[in-house]
Amino acid sequence: MQSKVVRRRRMVLAGLVALSVILLTAYFDDSPGGPLGSMQRGAMEVLAPIQEGANRALKPVRDLFGWVGSTLHATGERDKLKKERDQLRQEVAQLRDAGQENIQMRGLLSLPQITELKSYKPVTARVIARSPNAWFATVEINKGTKDGVLRDQPVVSGEGLVGKVKEASSGSAVIALITDQSFGISAKAVSSGEPGTVIPAVGTSADLVLDLVPHAGKIRKGEQVITAGTKNAALPSLFPKGILIGAVTKVDEGDGELDRKIHIKAAADLRRLEFVQVLTK
Amino acid sequence: MTWNHQAFIRLGLIGLVGVILQLTTISQLHFFGISADLSPLLVAAVGIYAGSIAGAVFGFCVGLFVDIALLQVLGVSSLVLAIAGYGAGNWQILREPNHPLALLGLGALSTAIAAVGFALAQFLLGAEAPVSGTLLQQILVLVLINALVAIPICRLVKRILRPCLANDRRRRRRIPNAHLTTSRPS
Repeated sequence: MQSKVVRRRRMVLAGLVALSVILLTAYFDDSPGGPLGSMQRGAMEVLAPIQEGANRALKPVRDLFGWVGSTLHATGERDKLKKERDQLRQEVAQLRDAGQENIQMRGLLSLPQITELKSYKPVTARVIARSPNAWFATVEINKGTKDGVLRDQPVVSGEGLVGKVKEASSGSAVIALITDQSFGISAKAVSSGEPGTVIPAVGTSADLVLDLVPHAGKIRKGEQVITAGTKNAALPSLFPKGILIGAVTKVDEGDGELDRKIHIKAAADLRRLEFVQVLTK
Repeated sequence: MTWNHQAFIRLGLIGLVGVILQLTTISQLHFFGISADLSPLLVAAVGIYAGSIAGAVFGFCVGLFVDIALLQVLGVSSLVLAIAGYGAGNWQILREPNHPLALLGLGALSTAIAAVGFALAQFLLGAEAPVSGTLLQQILVLVLINALVAIPICRLVKRILRPCLANDRRRRRRIPNAHLTTSRPS
């Protein structure tokens, strides 16, 4: 009797494991418009309003926890920001001067003006759900295809690059964050001008790595990294040039130039995203 | 556990509300850079109170729901959480833990199974991630956080499932020596 019960339990588990493996296999065989993908998009469509409602209803709870955390960080952050403000004031003055020169020079060369993000028709969206694990760094937003949001469009916040649209249904979309394992962006270090590719340090929730840098030795801690934009017309980049990705936090010296690992902290606070903008053009 | 439509509705509600709460709120609250993950705790709680089969099936369904809601690779969470639910149910059968602090251990163990299982599944699926100190640290912090919230979560699940569990106990009490024949949850 007892062994029969145990056997039944094991058979149920074996059945569920087999079913999961079948699902996994079918998922990888499935084309983007295939039945499993369509089913997920359909379910997303149904769940999005529930998630949005729950997100709004539970905002006070999040705010309460956020307030406790923020208060602890606030003092240190204020002093740091004051220093940064003073430094930035100086930089702004210099850049204004350089900008004027740039406009004049471009006028002389008849080149188009540098595009701003506004020209990419940004659509502001609220984050309504977030993946709980570090392996799938995704968030869901409350805007979809009916608002002009389409797959692979870049997503930014006021602080910098956030990710790209992974999938969109009519009323919602899933965003793969820059820390998601599927991500890779051509980038450029601002001061040294070194190009590279920003990839996530998979399995960690906030770390990025600047890889494939020809002269990694030139890059220093604190240097800002921005999107490189399209360098080759045959291989257009999804991301406009000049969006801030983050700043170099650490350079792990290896045996040689290729072993050097450049760690970046994302400029956007990916853990506390409330609103994002999708660049829909 | 008495299996009737009420039990199914209660389990369904635990899964639905738990996952939506996780995705919309808990995932955005960070302690030491990590947010708690309610899914393995809910699954483990169902496993110990409703039995290993219910735990495994509930884990499978919760995993599927998470994967569908977030457009993740289908089957990974289902696989991991089904095993975690089955494990919790089996633990209850084999050890019959009565100490209230056993729930801490249950929370830690089920989270560790889920986190390590998830990492293994990702490695097998070809994620190019190093087994770094940061990854291990994240798993450890998650296990600690989940262990701390395990007691209230398990108590809540028990409270929700109580009508179904109480019926079971009352029926067993009416049958003399019931524990000798079919006392273990299945």
